[in-house]
Amino acid sequence: MPVKTQEGAQLLTGGEAVAYAMAQIDPDVFPVYPITPQTPIIQTFAKLASNGKTTTEIVNVESEHSAMSAAVGSAMAGARTMTATSSQGLALMAEVVYIAAGMRAPIVMAVGNRALSAPLNIHCDHSDSMMIRDSGVIQIFAESVQEAYDHAVMATRIAEHPDVMLPVLVCQDGFTLTHSEEPLVLTPDEDVKAFAGKYKVPLPLLDVDEVTTKGIFALQDYYTELRYQMNAAMESAKTVIADVFAEYSQLVDRPFSMLEEYELEGAEKVVFLMGSTAGTIKDVVDELRAEGEKVGLLRLVSYRPFPVEAIRKALAGVKEVIVLDRSDAPGSVPSLHAEMAAALYGSGIDLRAHVFGLGGRELVPAEGRAIFAGEAPTHVALRS
Amino acid sequence: MKEVRWHARAGQGAKTVSQLLAEAGLLAGSSVQAFPEYGPERRGAPMRAYTRISEKTIRRHDPVAAPDIVIVLEPTLVNEMNVAEGLSDEGVVLVDSNEMPERLKGVNARAIPALKIAHEHGLKFSNVVMLGAAAAAGGIPLVNIQDAAVKKLGKRLDADSLRAAIAEGYACLA
Repeated sequence: MPVKTQEGAQLLTGGEAVAYAMAQIDPDVFPVYPITPQTPIIQTFAKLASNGKTTTEIVNVESEHSAMSAAVGSAMAGARTMTATSSQGLALMAEVVYIAAGMRAPIVMAVGNRALSAPLNIHCDHSDSMMIRDSGVIQIFAESVQEAYDHAVMATRIAEHPDVMLPVLVCQDGFTLTHSEEPLVLTPDEDVKAFAGKYKVPLPLLDVDEVTTKGIFALQDYYTELRYQMNAAMESAKTVIADVFAEYSQLVDRPFSMLEEYELEGAEKVVFLMGSTAGTIKDVVDELRAEGEKVGLLRLVSYRPFPVEAIRKALAGVKEVIVLDRSDAPGSVPSLHAEMAAALYGSGIDLRAHVFGLGGRELVPAEGRAIFAGEAPTHVALRS
Repeated sequence: MKEVRWHARAGQGAKTVSQLLAEAGLLAGSSVQAFPEYGPERRGAPMRAYTRISEKTIRRHDPVAAPDIVIVLEPTLVNEMNVAEGLSDEGVVLVDSNEMPERLKGVNARAIPALKIAHEHGLKFSNVVMLGAAAAAGGIPLVNIQDAAVKKLGKRLDADSLRAAIAEGYACLA
């Protein structure tokens, strides 16, 4: 593919890029506690705020747990709220992430996905996102710096849609994207602001004319119903995400999808994965296609909601799907493996699965070829 | 595609020049990528950074394994590790040194007296001189690398000295 040098492309790291998108939207409140390991996201946002790019109230708190708690309070009060985290920080937030989703707080959070301790590691895998898999938050994964930026621009529209009202996590691979400079085109400030629109929260806590209660009890009487409603919100999110992606695509002339299909035409073997490694696999697909192999790639962008119908449709006619999880699940199989087994049940499509990229061990093209050839171990590149 | 690996000690500005080379590649109309390799961060520890420059859109996100150009900003590192590891067949190692280190004999390597050149131009760090040499080895036009450097460092360093030091590093490979 020749270079599509778009007018005005510049170099930014993924961390800087999403921070810039957030600053362009100019949220009301941004509670932070940059725990180690950090990304450039909060640092960049704080710098932009200090330089007068935003009118945001940055709230420095004493832990990531408090950062997420402050974010919930702020969102309930009626303020557009964002934060950012990574790895152990997300782990410490986890309790309140469930609360944010359950209270239907439309918080946007930038995540640099990184391994969880122990052993100590600061590099990329998707374990942190997997830990809050069932919390009820939307999780969107980027392949490139440009896409991470674009997702950040679109996130508020998804989170705040009245049919959704759930936190949105804008996920990108730690280091591999957060600390890598890639060319990207920034959307002009006025276009971002117009796209994000003004924040209209239904029934803010501080509305004294229409008083509401937040953080309610719901026991045997209503807990099931309220949790069930989150399923409905996730179902609605599928349509909302597709609509928001389509509208932004019109604005910037770049394609967006919850599920990227690459060389699926006539493909017999298809790799299924999320994140930046998809770029490496695309190069491998091109090589193998040139050698006459019928291979392709299906990249999951929207991890939650999981677009199961679209996945089934995209894979119709494929013989074998090879699922690559960038996280492990000791004692069972990791998330994408299990969910693809469920999605493909009864389809007659063969399923193979590997774990790769734990703790920043990046997948290299030779391993990509071995994976397609069926010669890779279950844990890719595992040392004996 | 040209793949570049930078060796330095943390604090010598390798990350900065790895990004400046990418910036210059972007100015020259190429697809680029620049990323550092982090370990536990501390000043003086050996570190690596990478730059990719390609005429095709760069999509891969794996580390550089077979560099075409290796730049060593700190000559003592040559004795601590094999800086030529994975060097591609046509690849070259450029080391900031007045003379060729013993360990690099037998490798396609060039010694560039970058620190000396930097000092002659009133600059404290040799990284920009090596950046000039890297740009020459990578086929990036001199003006692009100078413009990229002045844009990023021009506030802190004298622009004319910067341009001259880069040009001299560039000329070492011409």
